[in-house]
Amino acid sequence: MLSFILRRFLSAIPTLFLVVTISFFLIRIAPGGPFDLEQPLEATVMENLKRIYNLDKPLIEQYGIYLWHLAQGDFGPSFYLRDFTIGDLFARGLPVSITLGSLALLTAVLLGGTLGSIAALRQNSWIDYVVSSFGTMGLTIPNFVIAPVFQIVFGLMLALLPVGGWNDGSVRNIILPVIVLALPQLAVVARMIRASMIEALRSNHIRTLRSLGLPTSVVVLHALRGASLPIVSYLGPAAAALLTGSVVVETIFALPGVGRYFVEGALNRDYTLVMGTVVLVAVFVMFFNLLVDILYAIIDPRVRYE
Amino acid sequence: MTEPVLSVRNLHVRFRTGDGILHAVKGIDLDVNRGETVAIVGESGSGKSQTMMSVMGLLASNGWAEGSVKYRGDELVGLSPDKLNRYRGSKLTMIFQEPMTSLDPLYRIGDQLALPLTTHGGLSKRDARKRAIELLELVQIPDPSRRIDAYPHEMSGGQRQRVMIAMALANNPDVLIADEPTTALDVTVQARILELLADLQKRLGMSIVFITHDLGVVRRFADRTYVMRRGEVVESGRTSDLFAAPKHPYTRMLIDAEPTGRKAPVAADAPVVLDAQNISVQFTLEKSFFGKTTHVLRAVDNVSLRVRAGETVGVVGESGSGKSTLGRAILRLQSASGIVRFEDRNLMPLDRAGMRPLRRHLQLVFQDPFGSLSPRMTAGEIVTEGLLVHEPSISRKERDRRAAQAFEEVQLDPAGRNRFPHEFSGGQRQRIAIARAMILHPKLVVLDEPTSALDRSVQKEIVELLRNLQKAHGLAYVFISHDLAVVRALSDEIMVMKSGKVVERGTAEEIFDTPSEEYTRDLIAAAFLSKGDTAETAVQHLAS
Amino acid sequence: MAQGAVIPTDTMVGSVKGRSLWADARARLFRNKAAVVSIGWLILMALACIIGPEITGHRYDQIYTEYSRIPASLTAYPKPEQITPAVERIGSRLRAKPEGIAVEGDTLRATFVGQRPIDERSLAFFSRSDMFGEAQVTERGEEGRRLTVEVPIERRHFYFGTDTNGRDLLTRTLFAGRISLSIGLLATFVALVIGVLYGATSGYLGGRIDVAMMRFVDILYSLPFIFFVIMLVVFFGRNFILMFIAVGAVTWLDMARIVRGQTLSIKRQEFVQAAEALGVGTKGIIRRHVIPNTLGPVVVYMTLLVPKVILLESFLSFLGLGVQEPMTSWGVLIADGARNIQGAAFMLIFPSIFLVSTLFALNFIGDGLRDALDPKDR
Repeated sequence: MLSFILRRFLSAIPTLFLVVTISFFLIRIAPGGPFDLEQPLEATVMENLKRIYNLDKPLIEQYGIYLWHLAQGDFGPSFYLRDFTIGDLFARGLPVSITLGSLALLTAVLLGGTLGSIAALRQNSWIDYVVSSFGTMGLTIPNFVIAPVFQIVFGLMLALLPVGGWNDGSVRNIILPVIVLALPQLAVVARMIRASMIEALRSNHIRTLRSLGLPTSVVVLHALRGASLPIVSYLGPAAAALLTGSVVVETIFALPGVGRYFVEGALNRDYTLVMGTVVLVAVFVMFFNLLVDILYAIIDPRVRYE
Repeated sequence: MTEPVLSVRNLHVRFRTGDGILHAVKGIDLDVNRGETVAIVGESGSGKSQTMMSVMGLLASNGWAEGSVKYRGDELVGLSPDKLNRYRGSKLTMIFQEPMTSLDPLYRIGDQLALPLTTHGGLSKRDARKRAIELLELVQIPDPSRRIDAYPHEMSGGQRQRVMIAMALANNPDVLIADEPTTALDVTVQARILELLADLQKRLGMSIVFITHDLGVVRRFADRTYVMRRGEVVESGRTSDLFAAPKHPYTRMLIDAEPTGRKAPVAADAPVVLDAQNISVQFTLEKSFFGKTTHVLRAVDNVSLRVRAGETVGVVGESGSGKSTLGRAILRLQSASGIVRFEDRNLMPLDRAGMRPLRRHLQLVFQDPFGSLSPRMTAGEIVTEGLLVHEPSISRKERDRRAAQAFEEVQLDPAGRNRFPHEFSGGQRQRIAIARAMILHPKLVVLDEPTSALDRSVQKEIVELLRNLQKAHGLAYVFISHDLAVVRALSDEIMVMKSGKVVERGTAEEIFDTPSEEYTRDLIAAAFLSKGDTAETAVQHLAS
Repeated sequence: MAQGAVIPTDTMVGSVKGRSLWADARARLFRNKAAVVSIGWLILMALACIIGPEITGHRYDQIYTEYSRIPASLTAYPKPEQITPAVERIGSRLRAKPEGIAVEGDTLRATFVGQRPIDERSLAFFSRSDMFGEAQVTERGEEGRRLTVEVPIERRHFYFGTDTNGRDLLTRTLFAGRISLSIGLLATFVALVIGVLYGATSGYLGGRIDVAMMRFVDILYSLPFIFFVIMLVVFFGRNFILMFIAVGAVTWLDMARIVRGQTLSIKRQEFVQAAEALGVGTKGIIRRHVIPNTLGPVVVYMTLLVPKVILLESFLSFLGLGVQEPMTSWGVLIADGARNIQGAAFMLIFPSIFLVSTLFALNFIGDGLRDALDPKDR
């Protein structure tokens, strides 16, 4: 198992390298540059800026410099938010995004799992229909519709919660963003658990347990363990996406997370910011995929990694 | 006579399906007395399994039972799962047809065995483990104190079925329901599981309800037998009486369904159609980091065979013996080493395109009539697909006429050729598959377990059909099967395969009259279980 | 059974025409009420979006400056209470005070009294306004300082209200539906073509090529998805056609995986081996055996991909990367609505209802199709 983890770490390096390379050249060949403002800068200022940020060197050399710095864990300075390094931005934004994301993930798994299991156990009952249509709703209503509606209802009409802001992560401030983030995932988890529970409850080994006259709780627990396998593999990428922030939620609720950097960086041609975000997301994705594989092996003894 | 342990009265089972209500069991009566073995016999779809599923409260969620099922006077129909759990697993237990999937793959077998013990027997975890080891010993699992920590996937099918039996026996039940407990197992394993069940019944004294399609099993083990057809019991009585004087024509048909007759020998001067020499097939199981093959499986190991026109060579062996791979290798559908000659041509140097014109002479019929017919083509299209390749010039009308002809040849109603495979029964589908091969007038047909997925009575019809076609067209057959009863009825020569090698070969008579290998004897014993006379002598025979 | 007996063919009596799996699936689909209602709804929605913008009486880019952000209403604009202030506004342009404003049916009668003679050319302000037609002078007096005019009132309906620029929201919503639906369909089509070709090739060829091709897909998977879309949009500009190509180009990955998996499993099926044994060539196998059998899951995935793509497009529009004004899509309208949610909630509500109900319908159809094509799932 340990050697498997080690090998996965090693095999992540070439993938990461490819991801970095592709995105480095993609963003560089995109038209426009970080200092192309509405009013053009003076030629000398522009030259100075370019020299400071190594933009006057050949592209391949810049690529080399970037890789060298990256290997040392240095994401470089931001081109657009010029007082900050990318490291600073992440250090301030990541805790916000991770807090929101992990709370949303937890909500989605616990609530979605419970609802999905109940729906599967009471298949074709009213509660099943409620859960199913709720699931479809969570999948179809975009978060940029739900978020402003929540702001209006809970923030303005009922005046229960603040409409936005981080406020050092106070509970009242993060309730709405967490719910908005969790809803679509919750819907997916509920639907998946429902489907795989129905399948599991019909399986032969569950029939064996029932033929042995075991109490329903034992039967359900066994079914749930089997049914959790597809959810686990779904949750890997989902967790990576949630923890690296959501641009919509962070924008609407005015939260200082890292989700916005992506779009901001790409639109402002803030090369280092875009690259930093790409690396961040890729690392999260790979980490959670590894976590999924490990969890899989723990749940399912048939899976063996040598 | 004492009160029966289990008594079923006027039991109906219905299922709600997309096409309306399916009436699977139509008001049957059935009794199981203390310590006796009762068999319920019937072909697939007769409702025999659903009868016992409803006794155990295990019907699928779209099914329901009406009528009465009494265990020692207590009514079971309509009980809530909680109330039913007082009987299930302790008084009434069941083992199933699918040993490979009936155990939870995520838990150690010891933990699964402990569940009924701690739930019904009130044992502590530690006592349950001790008892679980005893139970494994009882069902003759070697080294039980170590195997108790194994996962199901680390055990063979036969061992898993033994574990299932151990779970069912955990609380000394009064009635053990066995739903085709050996059907999914290899023939030699089947015999041992049946032996075990008979032995356990003698020692523990429970009643056994055997659900089976196999009359051999019934004749050997059952005291009394119920014959079911389309949801009804058509005949019941003491097994010996039933076999001696079957009253219902269906029972008679089932008893006669054993393939009979022997193959007439071919003339000594019949031309050789196919000559395969030193065929070997290897599969790469593992590769090293640098792509070098480190572990290979020799699926077929240096096998030779020769078939003459009108001759049938039977290839027998258990699953994994390499017999199917051999069949594909001689048709060049599987890359292999060695030499294959068809008439006078060496086939080995030919590539796919080179083989194509020869394909019409070399045909293949598969085991699974469901899987071998493309579900989105009509039966007519399926049958005439070969004509598209080999006689592309003929008109659509002519093709249709040939399809009708081929349908008649395999005794199917030609009107069905616009229907789709899923609208036919298993036997009809196998006829379509045979028609597809025959329409090209091949010289050699490889039959890969063509009857194994079919009911006995249908098997017999297919065997007849194959025999007639061979006679009419002078076909050469390579007949691959694990079932020696069918092989015997069709073959001139038999080769017995084990782990890729031919362990014994000879004429059909030689193999059956003087088998030299233990393995061959096992196969024969398993196939001709029904040769035994009564349940008592069979048990004695097996126990000795 | 006797030798040569014709087997029982009780299942074969009746019609000779077989029921194909497709026919079965169709029958099952039409038994699914939610799916049937959804199909009906979608057809209605498509018709409304195609024909609607032509018959609402407004062009999608027509700006009514006087009707900015007016709420949805079934009665026609201008409302009676709007007329007097509007006439007063025009009066101030004419440097005259309106008197005796009277509305009779669709005609407005008013008398303007000014300090100085009124320039009659300035009456053009009436027809320039969104509320009135051309003014007719019926009476002149006091040396041109008193002017009585008759003006036809232009009655306009804004059933969904108007946006901040004063454009009819109903027309825009329907027009946006055209764009969103066609992006959904076209991008799905692009994803389908790339995905099916890529997946089928990879699955059918197998071996090293398969490994390499799937490795490439994996790398694309670990690239942040939005990054890709944003880069494509940045490259190609905010162009409607390139937009759906961009979206299609990033959504094909799942399709490729599904098709590859299907191809692999079909390749192992006995009926493919049977066809090989008959000597059918690769092309024939792919055409007659592989493609018809991959179609089911592909169709299901397609129906579920359309709503995904529409959502993605609206998400991009929300970020300001979608189609450009005056063109619009549901995403653009919703983004607008979200910005104006205080005071003009209708601007969010109507496009949202259209978008969400369409997505709902598509999802129900997708679910229904899946159940119909794979009945064991029920």
